[in-house]
Amino acid sequence: MLEINNLHVKLEEEDKVILNGVDLKIGAGEVHAIMGPNGSGKSTLSYVLSGRDGYEVTEGSATLDGQELLEMEPEERAAAGLFLAFQYPVEIPGVGNMTFLRTAVNAQRKARGEEELSAGDFLKVVRAKAKTLKIDAEMLKRPVNVGFSGGEKKRNEILQMAMLEPRMCILDETDSGLDVDAMKLVADGVNALRSEGRSFLVITHYQRLLDHIHPDVVHIMAAGRIVKTGGPELALEVETNGYADILSEVG
Amino acid sequence: MALPKAKEDALQARLAGLPALSGKGWLAAARGEALARLDAMGLPVRRDEYWRYTDPASLNAPEAPVAHRFDASDEAPPFDGMDRLKVVFVDGVFDPKASDDLTLAGVTIERLAEAGSKDIHWAQGTYGILEARGQTPVARPFAALNTAHATDGVLIHVTARAAKPVSLIYVHQSETSDAILHHCVKLDPGAELTLLENGPAAARFSKVLEVEVADGARFHHIRLQGRDHERRAVTHVFARLGTRSEMRSFTLTANGRLTRNEAVVELTGTEGRAHLAGAAVGDGEFHHDDTVFITHAAEACESRQVFKKVLMNGATGVFQGKILVKPGAQKTDGYQISQSLLLDEDSQFLAKPELEIYADDVKCSHGSTSGAIDETALFYLQSRGLPRRTAQALLVLAFLAEAIQEIADEDIAEDIRARLERWLARHGTKG
Repeated sequence: MLEINNLHVKLEEEDKVILNGVDLKIGAGEVHAIMGPNGSGKSTLSYVLSGRDGYEVTEGSATLDGQELLEMEPEERAAAGLFLAFQYPVEIPGVGNMTFLRTAVNAQRKARGEEELSAGDFLKVVRAKAKTLKIDAEMLKRPVNVGFSGGEKKRNEILQMAMLEPRMCILDETDSGLDVDAMKLVADGVNALRSEGRSFLVITHYQRLLDHIHPDVVHIMAAGRIVKTGGPELALEVETNGYADILSEVG
Repeated sequence: MALPKAKEDALQARLAGLPALSGKGWLAAARGEALARLDAMGLPVRRDEYWRYTDPASLNAPEAPVAHRFDASDEAPPFDGMDRLKVVFVDGVFDPKASDDLTLAGVTIERLAEAGSKDIHWAQGTYGILEARGQTPVARPFAALNTAHATDGVLIHVTARAAKPVSLIYVHQSETSDAILHHCVKLDPGAELTLLENGPAAARFSKVLEVEVADGARFHHIRLQGRDHERRAVTHVFARLGTRSEMRSFTLTANGRLTRNEAVVELTGTEGRAHLAGAAVGDGEFHHDDTVFITHAAEACESRQVFKKVLMNGATGVFQGKILVKPGAQKTDGYQISQSLLLDEDSQFLAKPELEIYADDVKCSHGSTSGAIDETALFYLQSRGLPRRTAQALLVLAFLAEAIQEIADEDIAEDIRARLERWLARHGTKG
């Protein structure tokens, strides 16, 4: 599914290297978690994969189902099946949440050569999916993320994911700023989307999200590289001992 | 004080270029008075305080600069299919064949060119009267010139709720037409009228609209200034509002070499309400100037000014807006916002928001911003699969939304949104 090889990235504006040779391979239906201390490059990895401006790839590649992602525009990556749930979902005053969702769904369908959803069909689907995420009609009418609480913003991200049905989902610190109940709701939303053909990359600081979204593989990232890979037990080790032990161990 | 010689000469040259008008009836007297006002102030120059951002030279010139007409037949004419009474002017000349019969329940409509020669007429109390009131504290020479030299217009007296909107349609045909129209609208207490205006009108268009809104009356005004790229226009709306009356005015300007839209509104009775809004979009040789002056002269009135501009490829936007709260106008609620979205670094927005308040229990806010499109929002939308241009258009429409929301009629608002969307699709944006 997703294959990252020897990815080197620096900031465009300053000569600062952020990713320093990332290698990562995620198979279909797998859930991988990336953990790591602040500044290790986790969020940068998610931005580079989804095509945000401001980064320069100096070496390496990232492919989704064999297609080179790094050459594509952000919307092409989305149409190819990539989805990033933002750590800080963006507020867009003046654009209704529903309009936004429908424009996005239909833009992707169009890009894939599929027929656009009618307003009625769309409404049915979105209402059903919103309900399971406890998103009420009022939230669908409001401008995108404007005035949403932290939990509402994250649930809105998962709703978008549910509507767009991507094949490769990246969750960038989706647990940040959430209380236990909100985190459970978000995790349930993600778990409902797990399937054989869909893979997840969960970026997080803490083990607690992984209690709800069980990963197959856990990676530890530091200084712009994956320094250790293991099973779910690796996350527990971080929770108990912090990153210091692992980092000193890998030197 | 005598005018400087340059101003005097410019004025004489401009007046010499205008056709002589017959001198009889009440209109002749009003014209004479307007000419005297104009003689005292002269034509504007760049040095004048309210013309620093807009060069009046092409409006002063004795002959209208050439402006080719633009074929806008790729989209339906505005208000198409709406039940309305149409009054058509071609290059400022009334077109009886294209116009409807001027009879409408609740309204009397006459043409200035016909009613002006009478000895007595209700419009005597409006024509040039509101314009003259609006000359202080800021001189508006083009309005006085218009009052003195308007060749036609409509005089609308609304005595009840108008059965349907009156729709003024301005067709531009000649490349050198120089049209001067002057309309008066008088709404009796409790009366209601929607006035629609659309079209580029002429190569150079001067228009004054004077509106008297009596107690409890409602005046809705929606204007689309056509899509001609080369036309020039200087327009004025002078309105006086009575107790618990309402005025809502919205203007869409897409294209146009030069547009100066002035609005002068006086709230003279308690709980009056005036909402003025505009959306302007320009690509390249486009200069758009909104100059607004709202006076709160009574208690508990509400005014809103919402003006938004989208500018690209060197287009220029200007906003000069003032709220004056007179002594005693307590409980005033004044709001003013002027914003520009600059889609590249070549475009510019010049703004002069002003508040002048002589009462102590008022709520007045104003804001003025200019900025580029939000790249973070753009990326967010793209990451959800929206092509960059679609995402950009969505954000531009969102930016304009507050102005469009001021349109009371939802069908018209939706039509204008769709026109803007098509305009954005036609005009490639950088990046």
